[in-house]
Formats: sequence, C-alpha cells, structure tokens
Amino acid sequence: MAYRVCVLRAPGTNCDAETAWCLQKTGLEAEVVHVNRFIDGRADFMGYDGLVIPGGFSFGDHVRAGALLGKMLKERFYEPLSRFSEEGRPILGICNGFQILVECGLLPGGGMSAALTTNLSSRFEARWVKLRVERENLFTRGMAGSVSLPVAHGEGRFLMREEEIKALEKRGQVVFRYAFDDGRPAGGAYPANPNGSLHDIAGISNEAGTVLGLMPHPERAFHRLTHPTWTRERMEEGDAFGEGYMIFRNMADYIRKR
Amino acid sequence: MKWEVRISYKKGVQDSEGESTLSGLRALGFRGVERVGAAKVYLIEGEVSREDVEEMCRRLLANPVSQDYTITEVK
Repeated sequence: MAYRVCVLRAPGTNCDAETAWCLQKTGLEAEVVHVNRFIDGRADFMGYDGLVIPGGFSFGDHVRAGALLGKMLKERFYEPLSRFSEEGRPILGICNGFQILVECGLLPGGGMSAALTTNLSSRFEARWVKLRVERENLFTRGMAGSVSLPVAHGEGRFLMREEEIKALEKRGQVVFRYAFDDGRPAGGAYPANPNGSLHDIAGISNEAGTVLGLMPHPERAFHRLTHPTWTRERMEEGDAFGEGYMIFRNMADYIRKR
Repeated sequence: MKWEVRISYKKGVQDSEGESTLSGLRALGFRGVERVGAAKVYLIEGEVSREDVEEMCRRLLANPVSQDYTITEVK
C-alpha cells in the first residue's frame, strides 16, 4: 500500500521539490500540492497520511515570515488540521514551514503563542549549525545526542513569554536546541546560536509530538556528501546518508506502522 | 475611510533594523543620533471602521508576542 504525504506549496515556496524527493526516497508517495487546491476543495488534507510544509518565502514573507499562509490556514483549515494531528498523522514544518505552523497556532499548541522574529544579527544566516536533540519523538527516534544541519533564514529568533517557555520545556516540547560543537547548548552565544532564539530553541513540537517545526533544513542534509566535511572525514560503509535523513525516515516508518 | 496602521517591536524585543540603521547613520557622521526605531506602516482604505482595523491587527498584521500597533485615521 502506498502512503501519501502532502508537500504544501504557495507562491514563494522554494524547497518543495527537494523535500518531496527526500520523502520519496524513504518510500512514501509525496505530492506537491498548491494551497489553492485545498481552498477550492479539489484537495482534502484528510486524503493524506502526513503533511510537510517546506521552506521558502511564502507570499514573499510579507507582513511577517509565514504570516499570510499561516493565518490563511488558521482561518480555513485549523479544525481539519487539528483533527489531522490528533489522529496521529504527522505534520512537519521546515524553516518557513515552522514559521507558518507558529503563525497558524498548531505550534506550540495548548493556547500558547510564540513568534519567530528577525535574527539578532540582522543578517540572513545561511550556514551549518550544531543542534542538540532534546527529545525523542516520532521524528527524532534514534537521534539522541547532536546533529549538524544547515540553517538559511532571516527571521528565526524564537520568542515566547518566559513562563510559557517553562511550560514548553516541562512538557518536553523543546526538540532541538542550538549548540556548540561539543553538544553543549549555545547559551545564546553567537554564532553557535545563529539568531538569538530564547533558550537556544531551534525546533519544537506539540505536546503529543505529532507536529514538529524546526528552523534548520533536514532536506539539505539528506546525503552525507552535502555536508561540508564529507571529504575530510572518513566515510564508513553505510554512511551515505546525512543527519537530516533520519527525520524523514522516522516519519516514513511511523506512517507505515500507524 | 483611510487608516494608517503602524507596527513596531514591543519594548524589550530587539529592533535589529533600527539598530543597524543607527550604526549606518553614525558611520555617515550623524554623531548626535541616539536611537533609531524601525516600524512598518500600512495604509488601509475602504469602508472599514476602527474596530475592523483593530481586528485586522489582531488577526494578521501584528504578532502579539513581539509587536505593538497603533491606528490613526488619515483625514
């Protein structure tokens, strides 16, 4: 049986093709679907086993990054998307997709609100970062420790009220933190923390762990040889995949078992 | 009706655009400049009341975690 995953696109989305390709490599059937098809009623989220909102600059990032598509989803599809995730169908938001999930309120969930605002450096930060995996959920199974993935964003600074961050941490919703090379959390220090995110937060999930949003791009670390050190570090046999691959494989395994 | 909506960062949220503009102005020799705040302005025209514009701010234009808004009627 083929399992279908929707890769949602809108004007300005630009990571849809490679994201769909990664999903396909894990054996899922990935379909890039324009948001207008859902609005017109020609497509239905419930027809899919998973949803990925890829990176890019949806609607030109006008108003705020992810705001226009995020609010559109909130207005028209909040109920079906909540049901989708409550049924345990995974939702993954990468970079702009994370911003969209935060704007539409699927993350952090539980009536809390967050913002991904302009990087403290005022720069578009596009480089590899080290991340500490704080929580194993359906997406991060077997990823304990740290991974390196690339970031590419201008608005990635995670903000939330301090008491809400405490609640988020208590419920195990902080999944990735920016870290030093040795895996210790960056403690806000630039450049290990590329954007000034509070508590070095790079990725969070909902309480059930079925919705994950992260600023780094796992689809750009799908193969070992896209990592800048691939010629310097000896490759072991079976080491063809990069550290982003696990997120897609975990998602595929989970969908097949569900 | 014509409304001007101004979106700015909340106190305590770093306004990095304002800060880089400040250092840019200082680099040009404007030594007296002490602070620059950057804001975004929308002009909204149509048959809409102040309450409608308030709702637009709440539902789309401002993120309550990081941004404040002010609404002014343009005569």
